[in-house]
Amino acid sequence: MANVNAGHHDHHPDQEELRTFAFWIYLMTDVILFATLFATYIVLQGSTDGGPGPKDLFQMSGIYASTFILLTSSFTSGLAILAMNKGNRLALMNWLGVTVFLGASFLFLEINEFMHLVSEGATISTSAFWTAFYTLVGTHGLHVALGLGWMIILIMQIAKRGITPVTKRKVNIISLFWHFLDVVWIFVFTIVYVMGVN
Amino acid sequence: MKTSKTVRCMSFLFMFILLFLTTGCADNYIVLDPKGPIGEQQKDLMILSTLLTLIVIVPVLILTFVIVWRYRDREGRKAKYTPNWEHSTKLEIIWWGIPIIIITLIGIVTVRYTYFLEPSKPLESEKKPITIQVTNLDWKWLFQYPEQGIATVNYVQFPEDVPVRFEVTSDAPMNSFWIPQLGGQIYAMSGMSMTLYLQADEQGEYMGSGANFTGKEFAKMFFTANATSQEDFDQWVNQVKNTSPELTLDGYKELTKQGTSDVRHFSAFPEGLYEMTVTKYAASHNHGLSTRVQPPARVKE
Amino acid sequence: MWESVKEFASEFFVTGDPLIYGADVSIVLSMIAIVSVLTYFKKWGWLWREWLTTVDHKKIGIMYILASVLMLFRGGVDALLMRAQLVMPEMQFLSGDHYNQIFTTHGVIMILFMAMPLMFGLFNVIVPLQLGARDVAFPFLNSLSFWLFFSGAMLFNLSFVIGGSPDAGWLAYPPYSELAFNPGPGQDFYIWGIQISGIGSLMTGINFIVTILKVRAPGMTLMKMPMFSWSVLSSCIAIVFAFPILTVTLALLFIDRYLGGHFFTLDGGGNPMMYINLIWMWGHPEVYIIVLPAFGIFSEIVATFSRKKLFGYKSMVFAMIIISVLSFLVWAHHFFTMGSGADVNAFFAVTTMLIAIPTGVKVFNWLFTMFRGKITFETPMLWTVGIIPNFVIGGMTGVLLSVAPADFQYHNSYFLVAHFHQVIIAGVVFGFFAGLYYWWPKIFGFKLNERIGRWAFWLWNIGFYLCFMPQYALGLMGMTRRLYSYGWDKGWFEMNLVSTIGAVIMGAAFLVQIWDIAHSLKHMKKDTTGDPWDARTLEWSIPSPAPFYNFAVMPQVTSQDDWHERKLRIEQGLEKPEKVELEPIHMPKNSGIPIVMSMFWFFVGFGLIFDWLWMAVPGFIGVIACMVVHSFNYDTDYYVTVEEIKRTEAAAGRVIT
Repeated sequence: MANVNAGHHDHHPDQEELRTFAFWIYLMTDVILFATLFATYIVLQGSTDGGPGPKDLFQMSGIYASTFILLTSSFTSGLAILAMNKGNRLALMNWLGVTVFLGASFLFLEINEFMHLVSEGATISTSAFWTAFYTLVGTHGLHVALGLGWMIILIMQIAKRGITPVTKRKVNIISLFWHFLDVVWIFVFTIVYVMGVN
Repeated sequence: MKTSKTVRCMSFLFMFILLFLTTGCADNYIVLDPKGPIGEQQKDLMILSTLLTLIVIVPVLILTFVIVWRYRDREGRKAKYTPNWEHSTKLEIIWWGIPIIIITLIGIVTVRYTYFLEPSKPLESEKKPITIQVTNLDWKWLFQYPEQGIATVNYVQFPEDVPVRFEVTSDAPMNSFWIPQLGGQIYAMSGMSMTLYLQADEQGEYMGSGANFTGKEFAKMFFTANATSQEDFDQWVNQVKNTSPELTLDGYKELTKQGTSDVRHFSAFPEGLYEMTVTKYAASHNHGLSTRVQPPARVKE
Repeated sequence: MWESVKEFASEFFVTGDPLIYGADVSIVLSMIAIVSVLTYFKKWGWLWREWLTTVDHKKIGIMYILASVLMLFRGGVDALLMRAQLVMPEMQFLSGDHYNQIFTTHGVIMILFMAMPLMFGLFNVIVPLQLGARDVAFPFLNSLSFWLFFSGAMLFNLSFVIGGSPDAGWLAYPPYSELAFNPGPGQDFYIWGIQISGIGSLMTGINFIVTILKVRAPGMTLMKMPMFSWSVLSSCIAIVFAFPILTVTLALLFIDRYLGGHFFTLDGGGNPMMYINLIWMWGHPEVYIIVLPAFGIFSEIVATFSRKKLFGYKSMVFAMIIISVLSFLVWAHHFFTMGSGADVNAFFAVTTMLIAIPTGVKVFNWLFTMFRGKITFETPMLWTVGIIPNFVIGGMTGVLLSVAPADFQYHNSYFLVAHFHQVIIAGVVFGFFAGLYYWWPKIFGFKLNERIGRWAFWLWNIGFYLCFMPQYALGLMGMTRRLYSYGWDKGWFEMNLVSTIGAVIMGAAFLVQIWDIAHSLKHMKKDTTGDPWDARTLEWSIPSPAPFYNFAVMPQVTSQDDWHERKLRIEQGLEKPEKVELEPIHMPKNSGIPIVMSMFWFFVGFGLIFDWLWMAVPGFIGVIACMVVHSFNYDTDYYVTVEEIKRTEAAAGRVIT
């Protein structure tokens, strides 16, 4: 038995293409997951149980900042792909690094916001509205955190192995994931924050 | 022979089923023996839909039997064998078509009846409906008569031929309020007051039950629904008023504790108890049918 | 110190019931037995290499099937206990609490830990073989799916002896399933058992969609694909859309219970009705997820044993896709009595009825596959023929239930119980049985005994009718479901008695099947042909059991029943067995990560159930670590040499020159 990495000389389909296809299906399941969370949020939007509501506590300035940061990170992850396609390994790693940094700043702002809300007396058990809020926004945050860890691991792999078909597919997938999280955030921003304070 | 044994066994099986479906007294089938207009119409609908589905089901069963019998593999068989016959537009149109027609028919009937038998729709009657407020508790039913000012547990009495407007809520996990011989059930949910109109055309004691699982002693939530004459009903109300104790707020709190209960009567109940029970949970529900009782101020326990 | 240990133990372990002590003893004894047998015969290494770490879809399939048979036993015992309690009025056999736990675990186990894995088992063993593939698209992920299912199932079953079983019904409606009414750990076992195995199911769904769409043999266009693979595809599409909803719903319930959230609570503005909507948005597609593959199995078997092409292939495919789409538009028919208003009820009543149309079409197509065929009645066909009237009646009562205003009288009654058992037992379970009998020789390399198999068939069917026909009657007598006891005054005694007799017969039928397996193992008649039924699809073109690489040479597909056509051509001398060029085969390597990672998931679940963060947090770190290790592993595959292929084929009696 011989070890092989690439070199297909049978009818086995291209494994990297399969993985990318599977990831698209996974993204679809994630869309349904978020859609369900949005639906519960919308149902429970008014259920503040006499406690504070979004208008009372949301601070939009921080939200604008984190939205800007996340959108920028989506852009930098796109730059990483461009660098990869040019075969520029260092630039790829750098742009991924910048994306990680921006993502971490986004998370930092989000945690800050949550801490502020809790200090104002709006915890997850305050009312159905806040339960739904923390769950929806928190699930997005969790995805971002997961993406960050993933990206860091990827940077290490690229450092070790360079740009190969496998790492290339992995970078493509993470950037897909990152854009997806961006789109979800735009919905969070609109439905939770903008519609919340208006 | 193998196949004839198969057939023998099959026919035995069906005889068994027939036998068991016909044993047992017919008057046990209370859903098919309704005593009120709602139950009556639901029964008609059940029979009508059964007949309509049988138009397809019976031929299919016969066809199955015939095909399996005729085309079984055996020596000296005369039936045709066409191993590559796999498509016939004509046949496929037939069996897409027939179910579509039947389902359309049942669909039309269903939609019409759905609007017609909407549980919160008042019944047509010359008599003024009587209102009974039903509260699901763990594990007992509380009935309040706002017009008569009395209350009962696990027993409900009302005059025959008079529409009864049941308002149903819950101060415990969701249950379902069901008196099979008068008509279909409705969920009893906290924070909502569901309306269900029923009417008994005949005097008699009917079984009532909680149909949705609520925990340990859920099986003990049967109650008697007694339809009597107007005089008997009035007399009963007077008797309850004169001989039974009062239901106090503390008494109600006692009732809400988990446990079963015998039949009980109360000559009075705290003013607005039912509304309070509903509004206690009705912080935010947005629900089509429930009659929203607007809370004057949020009641918190 | 001793006192506190004792106090902990009495809370931690379920105590006070002889039944459970019995289970404790038997669990410990069988564990000891398994461990000592493995140690004595020095089989640990074999177990680890050949099974626990395998990524071979056939072995994973066998493990799924084994687990599901075990679960069928557990769920069946639950069923018999319930029927024993209901055999006559005012029985004192089980208490209310105990009965409630048993019907809950019965439902959860039968649907999620019996029907689902049995289905996945058949997916796994058969689909790649039917498609002419070497494995599923992602063998590693496949193994992970299995072990996640297994962890979830074990976690759920553990609740029987540790902490206490859930008792809120198989869908755990709040507010009853909330902390306020259900403080024990049972409900958390429910959440984590299903959550962990549900993630596995979701991944299986993705895996098989990709496999079916992308990893077919050359020449096999979608419209030449065997019907079972089509049914798997439509089922997997439904999985991918439905299971995320389940994941979210259970997570929300857990947030309520663990973090004090208010999604479905009575206080704090929660909305229990939302849970009921969400859980049925998953729950209704779920029943179609399990029944669609059964439809596929019938289609395969009917064609094979009628010696005839499947009738109306296109319309079958079309019907299945319609069913899987419509299954997402009917969920509210589970609560017509919730007062959603006439508009909503009318809409959902009509969509529900619409499903009857494609389902009916499928029945007609099966009938006309038999029409002008040459039908023989080996066990797989016997099951299929037996299922048709059974499923037709179940479908009919389904239409009756969908008539919304009439449903106000059927709802929550034994009529409903009888209906869903009829479609799930007679449709799904019998269907999977038919599939098991059919593919058994392909999976294990020998046939089951036909005579004992016929006994099992008749016992199951007679038992089934005796058990469930009376339940329709009981429903019309006003008997509601989930009652642990009823009075003599209700007149429900006779029918319940008959029903229990039927259940006992089904229990006996299960034992006969086990005997059948044991008997056939002992008097094993090896299937040397690889094609014992003279069947039509690709899986029968290779030896039984299939070699680990499945196909020594990739088949070139030209028509729908390709294997059948090829046999015909060879018979007529049109095609001579060609000299083949063997090439090295690309195969995935085994991996221990799936089982280890699933064990970590088990600790996460168990820790969160008992609020032991010291267990949950390391468990979670373990899960992440497994992912990282796997991500860094680039050495995941190897090539099988031509010599080894030749040797393996020769051992299976096929000489390749």
